[in-house]
Amino acid sequence: MGNDDRTRRLVNGLGLFSLGLGVAQLAAPGAMNRLIGAKDDTRTRAVQRWLGGAREVVAGTGIESGRSPAVWLWTRVAGDIVDLGMLGTVLGRSGRRAKTRGRTAVATAAVAGVTAADLLAALRLSRDDTDAGYLGNGRRGIEAKGAVTVNRPVGEVFAYWRDLENLPRFMTHVQSVRHRGDGRWRWRANGPAGMDVEWDADITEERTDEFIAWQSVGEASVANSGRVEFRPAPRGRGTEVRVRLTYDPPVGKLGAAVAKLFGAAPDQQVRDELRRFKQVLETGEVVRSEGTPEGAKSRRTVAQRPAQPAPA
Amino acid sequence: MRATVWMDKTHVEVQDVPDPQILNARDAIVKISSTAICGSDLHLYNGFIPTMRKGDILGHEFMGEVVEIGSAVTTLKVGDRVVVPFPIACGGCGACERGLTSVCENSNPNATMAEKVMGHATAGIFGYSHMLGGFPGGQAEYARVPFADVGPFKVADDIPDEQVLFLSDILPTGYMGAEMCDLTPGDVVAVWGAGPVGQFAIASARLLGADRVIAIDRFPYRLRMARDGAGATDVINYEDVPVLEALDDLTAGRGPDACIDAAGLESHIDVGPLQAYDRAKQLVMAETDRPHALREAIMACANGGVVSVIGVYGGFVDKFPMGAFMNRSLRMRSGQCHVHRYMEPLMERIRSGELDPSFVITHRMSLEDAPRGYQMFRDKEDNCEKVVLSP
Ligand SMILES: NC(=O)c1ccc[n+]([C@@H]2O[C@H](COP(=O)([O-])OP(=O)(O)OC[C@H]3O[C@@H](n4cnc5c(N)ncnc54)[C@H](O)[C@@H]3O)[C@@H](O)[C@H]2O)c1
Ligand SMILES: [Zn+2]
Ligand SMILES: [Zn+2]
Repeated sequence: MGNDDRTRRLVNGLGLFSLGLGVAQLAAPGAMNRLIGAKDDTRTRAVQRWLGGAREVVAGTGIESGRSPAVWLWTRVAGDIVDLGMLGTVLGRSGRRAKTRGRTAVATAAVAGVTAADLLAALRLSRDDTDAGYLGNGRRGIEAKGAVTVNRPVGEVFAYWRDLENLPRFMTHVQSVRHRGDGRWRWRANGPAGMDVEWDADITEERTDEFIAWQSVGEASVANSGRVEFRPAPRGRGTEVRVRLTYDPPVGKLGAAVAKLFGAAPDQQVRDELRRFKQVLETGEVVRSEGTPEGAKSRRTVAQRPAQPAPA
Repeated sequence: MRATVWMDKTHVEVQDVPDPQILNARDAIVKISSTAICGSDLHLYNGFIPTMRKGDILGHEFMGEVVEIGSAVTTLKVGDRVVVPFPIACGGCGACERGLTSVCENSNPNATMAEKVMGHATAGIFGYSHMLGGFPGGQAEYARVPFADVGPFKVADDIPDEQVLFLSDILPTGYMGAEMCDLTPGDVVAVWGAGPVGQFAIASARLLGADRVIAIDRFPYRLRMARDGAGATDVINYEDVPVLEALDDLTAGRGPDACIDAAGLESHIDVGPLQAYDRAKQLVMAETDRPHALREAIMACANGGVVSVIGVYGGFVDKFPMGAFMNRSLRMRSGQCHVHRYMEPLMERIRSGELDPSFVITHRMSLEDAPRGYQMFRDKEDNCEKVVLSP
């Protein structure tokens, strides 16, 4: 398998990891509590059996199935949880009707088992992908891409990006981009473990209202380049924006740390950034909620704050 | 402040929580005067909607007084009395421009989560899970309202809360349910669910010219309200009568021209050996039965008719009668309500006396009694139709 393939797979897996884990951690605790925190009766015991039994089967097959099996697995997790809730209701309703109740309990147990299995497999898959490192064994480019439609004219969207000093408004890692005056731009970004990383970059090619390409120069700790394309969307729907970024982390500890930082679900990070870019252009600011106070940030999905105001 | 907080499945508490703060320049803080419990809250309460977290403030139907505005809000001022639409909408994206505010492309910071479950994301909604934004709701003393220059609808001081509160959700929702039916004079409409949403769908179908509107539910008091309050011409209690047969009877075999599902994902399953259920079950090969009303609506609908789905669904549905739907040239319309576009026209109907939405209110309580309100509304206790809470 070539580097590209591996990276793509890795990227896929990581994307799913941060997304899927979000759904799981947010959605599953309820289900898991319902499953495991429930009283000890025939239903819960059946669940436990299924939990154990189904585990091996799915863990074995889940990882190997197809191109991006986790997508399916996570979808299934969501579906299973809904199923479970439904069956729970039926169970509550059917009361003394012993026959119905028995059937429903069996079905609930089955679904519960499958949910647990799906969860396991999805988590397992994601975890495997996280471990399957690009770290440690040398240089490997990380590529990330994404696209968004912005409901503003091409000229405006292009101009906003072309002023690279605007980038930190929607790129969370980037603290600042300053024009040095010699056609060169100084980038400053959050590095791993609280370190800042800085580098210079040139705009290597551009065509007004069509594209901008940039490339780091000199001793960048993370050699990187990017290209953004703009195209009018059909039927006056604004501008289609497509971005492609590459990072080329160096060998060694720093490189590994940087790769980890930039490399965690890189496509997802680009999508988050484009979402914020769209928000800034269409609404004037990055949209925040109490659950996600820093605005669109998929890493938040694993650690949502409750939907209530933060203490003053 | 005091707020209704989701603790766990079927467990809500009224607690002390921090006061909301302005987070975005286009925010406003509203001091809530009235707020209501919605059938959608029951889906959250009963644990059917994923991505709820302990500590989430509930509630998406509320109104009150603007007490603080962000620096970019120019259309509102402190002291304005406003009704707040439940979907949060930016006003600037493609969806908002087309009036589809419940699928605003910018208002859900957790769009990634929603995409995971639904393919594409929808708007943020107050107090309605993290997948839909992680925004605190309005069953509280105060709420932060994002895009306050787009959503909050100003109302005059001389009209009581009870007449305008439902502009926030259920009145426009019922109206949209009827509007999506593309009614022409002479049409027959059937509505599954005589909850508050169903009541307003019935009333709206009448306003939009339906000749005959049939309400379907199993609670006699709700069917009574449908007839006396909302203007249904006929009612079917599905526990007494087989629904499909009754509808065929009323329409001489054609079926209703439009069928509105106002029951949603918790639609009730009749486990008794009733003919109605048996027949429906035979017809649709029901398995887990969760979209029971929806399946029945599809089976009942006249050839070429419209199935309008305003009852909420959260995930996936089994045994969807696709054959009936496809072969009989049915159309389906649906959506969380695009509340913003209905507020002004519906306000006019309220002002003119054509509509008085307060007829659905059966229980008025203090915010402190929210837990009891949830339980009563869920269990349809004491002929409960709609609970309004005052902070
Ligand atoms: N689309 C939207 O924007 C929107 C907005 C608000 C509410 N809703 C949804 O509308 C639905 C109804 O809300 P509500 O506040 O009226 O709730 P509700 O619980 O008061 O009403 C639901 C009614 O449906 C009836 N019902 C259940 N199963 C049925 C069946 N098989 N056949 C006929 N009737 C059946 C129940 O008896 C009940 O009276 C909910 O799903 C809610 O989430 C949607
Ligand atoms: Zn509602
Ligand atoms: Zn919008």
